[in-house]
Amino acid sequence: MRKETILNACVLLGLLAVPLWALRVDEPFIITLATKAVIFAIAGVGLNFSLGLGGLVSLGHAAFFGIGGYSMGILASHAQSYTPLMGWPLVIDGTNSMPLIWLFAVLISSLFALVIGALSLRTSGVYFIMITLAFGQMLFFFMISWPAYGGEDGLVIYVRNGFPGLNTLDPIQFFGICFALLCGVLLAVSRIARSSFGLALGGARQNEERMQAVGLVPCKLYLIAFTISGAITGLSGALFADLNRFVSPTMFSWQMSGEIMIFIILGGTGRLFGPVVGAAVFILLEYLLGGLSEFWHVYLGAILLGVVLFARGGLIELIVGREVAHD
Amino acid sequence: MTDPILDVRNISKSFGALKASDNISLTLVPGEIHALIGPNGAGKSTLIKQIAGGLQADSGEVWFDGENVTGKTTVERARLGLGRTFQVSSLAMDYTVSQNVVLGALGHRGKIGLKGFFRPAMKDTALLDVANDALSQVGLDGFAKTRTSELSHGQRRQLEVAVALTLSPKVFLMDEPMAGLGAEGSLRLTGFLDQLRQQAPILLVEHDMDAVFSLADRISVLVYGKIVATGTVDEIRSNPIVRTAYLGEDDET
Repeated sequence: MRKETILNACVLLGLLAVPLWALRVDEPFIITLATKAVIFAIAGVGLNFSLGLGGLVSLGHAAFFGIGGYSMGILASHAQSYTPLMGWPLVIDGTNSMPLIWLFAVLISSLFALVIGALSLRTSGVYFIMITLAFGQMLFFFMISWPAYGGEDGLVIYVRNGFPGLNTLDPIQFFGICFALLCGVLLAVSRIARSSFGLALGGARQNEERMQAVGLVPCKLYLIAFTISGAITGLSGALFADLNRFVSPTMFSWQMSGEIMIFIILGGTGRLFGPVVGAAVFILLEYLLGGLSEFWHVYLGAILLGVVLFARGGLIELIVGREVAHD
Repeated sequence: MTDPILDVRNISKSFGALKASDNISLTLVPGEIHALIGPNGAGKSTLIKQIAGGLQADSGEVWFDGENVTGKTTVERARLGLGRTFQVSSLAMDYTVSQNVVLGALGHRGKIGLKGFFRPAMKDTALLDVANDALSQVGLDGFAKTRTSELSHGQRRQLEVAVALTLSPKVFLMDEPMAGLGAEGSLRLTGFLDQLRQQAPILLVEHDMDAVFSLADRISVLVYGKIVATGTVDEIRSNPIVRTAYLGEDDET
């Protein structure tokens, strides 16, 4: 078995073991931390799909994270105030069913990703980074100035949304839901990465000229990748909102986009488990260093610099070495 | 004479004051190897780019297989059957040799489809058959699992040709396939191209004169963006303009 596969299995087991241990010693806060790490990992896997596989450096993925969050916020706030979301031409009620909210979050965020991607992919390189950042900021300021759903104050949802057969208010059960979704997303992404589409997308990242010469259109591949990527990050946004039972425009902030990217860089760009490792380490550092000083980001910055300078392939490469060519 | 499959009509292209292509016309008929020679900077690669797509001519037309492709993109031309190899190897360097040829086969299939999102590409036997066949034709079958960036320069040239083969094109456009191959390598490839012309005609840009003279049915000589002569090997060898411009007047004294 490949070293990386073993490491990946250990990471998943570790992510599962920590909250189970916390449950035994009755530390619900630790379970919440682990849940946060898992949700951030999903967001990172989403961004990694376009950044790692397709080489599209998007600094606007907070947009999809926020859209996912507000999908939950808007649907659930209508459900808790018993007002319909839409009265005409057909009545749409709010809902507090998680699966429905997820579906909604994925649909809306992929729609936005499709439009933002179609416009942004006319550019590349630094311009692509800037234009995705601009779209993210646009949505951020839109949310701040839209009074219907709390504006700057955000929305408070009093009760966590429900999942058939589970008590989502129990931290460990909510963790279970998020963990299962992470596994599902990882499975899907690893399959797509090995598929014909994944092969072509990776080919386009490495050499657009070559792809055109064999008759494949890089731009189309990028747009599909960006849309899938936005959908996954949107899903994580809905989960994050449910974790906090609160959404605010901060979810759209460019700092959020930066954080998602940090997960990937920390763990290893383009690696399936890169963002999972990155998010877990990020949360761990936030917990450990945050206790030492309010300015823990200074230490995070130093660690990030260290990774970028001395371990370009992230922590995973540090442990298992450079990726070998494989099918 | 049979109808040309590739017909370049009065192509001109300028970069500022530099005329890279000056009213160029040339044809490629089935079964032939048409070599394009000329000194460095004569505009050979510029011409290839205008034929393959990626560079729009200022004036003139490119006809391919009875169709005017002047306004078509690189991708559209590739799908119509223009198989191109690059002067500087243009491959997916992080991929294995096998993955590179499978990409070619995938491009030839033309669509990825819904299944293409979940079925592992490297277990798709239809793609692999095409890919492995192309690899063994160029003699790279022993390197299928090697990372492309670890190949020697010459092997990359062979892989370029293999990728073009997977497209089973109607025309090959080869930009210096022999460059850097070494004596034995070029001899091998010469033998291979000799047979390949039966599959599809080749427009061959090449500096290796031994190869050109032994392979070409016709030769066109490009100097400063102009075709100064077109003819058989013997005609070109004895053409006085060509001798001064390119082959060197004093060589055989």
